[in-house]
Amino acid sequence: MALNLKKWFNIRESLQMLTDVDSSSNRYRLFQRNIRVLMIVLTIVPLSMMALINYHLYHGSLKQEMIDPAKLLVSKTRHSFEFFLNERQSLIKSISHFYSLNELSDEKKLNHILFILKKEFIGFVDLGLINGSDGAQIRYVGPYNLLGKNYANQDWFQEVTLKGTYISDVFMGYRKFPHIAIAVQRLEENGESWILRTTIDTTMFDNLIAAMGLDAESDAFILNKEGIFQTNSRLYGKVLEQCPLKIPAGGHATYVDERKDPGGNDVFLAYTHLTYPDYTLVIVKPKSTVLKTWYALKSDLFLVFLASSILIVIVVFRLTGIMVNRIREADHNREIAFRELQHHHKLSSIGRLAAGVAHEINNPLAIINEKAGLIKDLIQYTPDFAQKEKFSTLLGAILQSVSRCRTITHRLLGFAKRMEVEVETLELNELIEEVLGFMEKEALYRNIDIGLELAKDLPRIDSDRGQLQQVFLNILNNAMAAVEDEGRILITTWEKDADTVAVSIQDNGCGMSEETCRHIFEPFFTTKKEHGTGLGLSITYGIVKKLGGNLEVKSKEQEGTTFKIFLPIKSKL
Amino acid sequence: MDRMKILLVDDEHEFVTTLAERLELRNMNVSIATDGEAALGVVENDPPQVVVLDVMMPGLSGLEVLEKIKGMDSKIQVILLTGHGATKDGIRGMQLGAFDYLIKPIDIDELIEKLNEAVKNMG
Repeated sequence: MALNLKKWFNIRESLQMLTDVDSSSNRYRLFQRNIRVLMIVLTIVPLSMMALINYHLYHGSLKQEMIDPAKLLVSKTRHSFEFFLNERQSLIKSISHFYSLNELSDEKKLNHILFILKKEFIGFVDLGLINGSDGAQIRYVGPYNLLGKNYANQDWFQEVTLKGTYISDVFMGYRKFPHIAIAVQRLEENGESWILRTTIDTTMFDNLIAAMGLDAESDAFILNKEGIFQTNSRLYGKVLEQCPLKIPAGGHATYVDERKDPGGNDVFLAYTHLTYPDYTLVIVKPKSTVLKTWYALKSDLFLVFLASSILIVIVVFRLTGIMVNRIREADHNREIAFRELQHHHKLSSIGRLAAGVAHEINNPLAIINEKAGLIKDLIQYTPDFAQKEKFSTLLGAILQSVSRCRTITHRLLGFAKRMEVEVETLELNELIEEVLGFMEKEALYRNIDIGLELAKDLPRIDSDRGQLQQVFLNILNNAMAAVEDEGRILITTWEKDADTVAVSIQDNGCGMSEETCRHIFEPFFTTKKEHGTGLGLSITYGIVKKLGGNLEVKSKEQEGTTFKIFLPIKSKL
Repeated sequence: MDRMKILLVDDEHEFVTTLAERLELRNMNVSIATDGEAALGVVENDPPQVVVLDVMMPGLSGLEVLEKIKGMDSKIQVILLTGHGATKDGIRGMQLGAFDYLIKPIDIDELIEKLNEAVKNMG
């Protein structure tokens, strides 16, 4: 938490840094890094939490889904077992009630009963009639010769005498195949007792377990209360062997348990205790089988999580990249606009100053002009005198200087006027010549030929002098920058139609690529790198549009560029 | 031919006297005034053919004086003198009935040309 808070403060710091006017790109990197970390933390943490919660919920519900059928199966099978045993026990009990001792002592009769039992019910092997007082077998029908065998000392005999009924654990006995014995005691009214005993083949147990329809990896078996196998176990041993798994005794519900089996496998147990006899039915499923779906789901879950995380990281990186770039661009633009504004302010104060100076100088200049003119007149009207020629020359020089001063003040005033927006009727040709005046020196110095083909009867147009001056100044500046020394710039004006005049400014400079041409009127587009603001032509374009005109550019690399400016004769402003 | 009768109006005394002298040298009848009130007085008492009128003057401005002169006698021609930055004033003046406007400092030959044209314009 403390770490997160720290990060949050870092973001604030970096935001703070961004608002400072500092051009180092480091702060953007830092800002970008912090935003990225924050965004990733903010997205991945909830995603991880969701994934964890889902993991547990799914795990729980899937397990339950596996457990419930197993429990149901165990309890169903238990009922089948109980039914099977009860049925046989009841049969024996019924026989002991339906027939008297004498009847059962008749071997033929007993054989007949066994025959019926074998025919109608599965599992009956033999029937024996045992004396209740001494444990001697009175009568026996079945595959073995057990007549006369004495059971008096055996546990089951004690138990049946005590409880009246008995179901044994599985045993091999004399017969060398697993079977159980069921015995019931019959008490005669005279106090004598006898016992009817039958042996039941436990193949039926195996059938019942097979009927559970378990998969190949799973196992199911019956244990007695000592944990001895009553049926064969696929995994843990044969019938009558000790089961290595310890199953808790007691209770008649269905229980579920997870543990490691002696082989070290994670297994999942479902078991239940039969009511009588004291058997335990156990299902063992390897966890891997039970949770196979879960493992598949888990890997799906993990894949989804991984994919989402990667997606988030990519999106965050791209988004922050774009965002920070936007901020950087906005900052850059703002800085440029700010500089431009400053520049404009500077220009406009210079403009006001220039206008003031020009006005103030204009009056004395007019006086000098008139005084010199008067002297010139006087000399002219006076007959020849010594050094008349010399005086004339000197006066000519004064008047010429005055004229130069006049040009300067006019230019200053024109420059000052550029700052205001007002429409007047003006001579376009005159205005172009005026603007060219600013570049005369440079053109002369670089030996650039500026050709003028100005239409003589060009109609006067309603437009803003200052703004137009700026338009031509910008385009001519670009042309001057494009041409080499001794290059050529041609300026042509003509009347395009009744409403429009046109100016073309053509240079034979380096020209522009199509790509550059497409962008030159966009703000902040510059090919002059650090020297240009990228605003000149966009401002130019803006002004021409504002004045109701149009601006076209044609350029070919290494051949030159032509700008065409179309201006309305009647202002729409 | 009668001498051309001109009134020069400009608040700059040195300018107006010198220019008057130059025009007189060219055989013109020149009177001067250094403000609008004085100019209107001259026009009333001794109407000239052409008034050369500075636009920027303290008190009555050139354009106000122009309107008044035109009100008194529309036949009197007025040529305005403006600073360079005030082309708009020149145009406004022409809308008010001025014959033309010149930008200071002026060229004497150009002024004389305009004066001649103005007189012709009177008919």
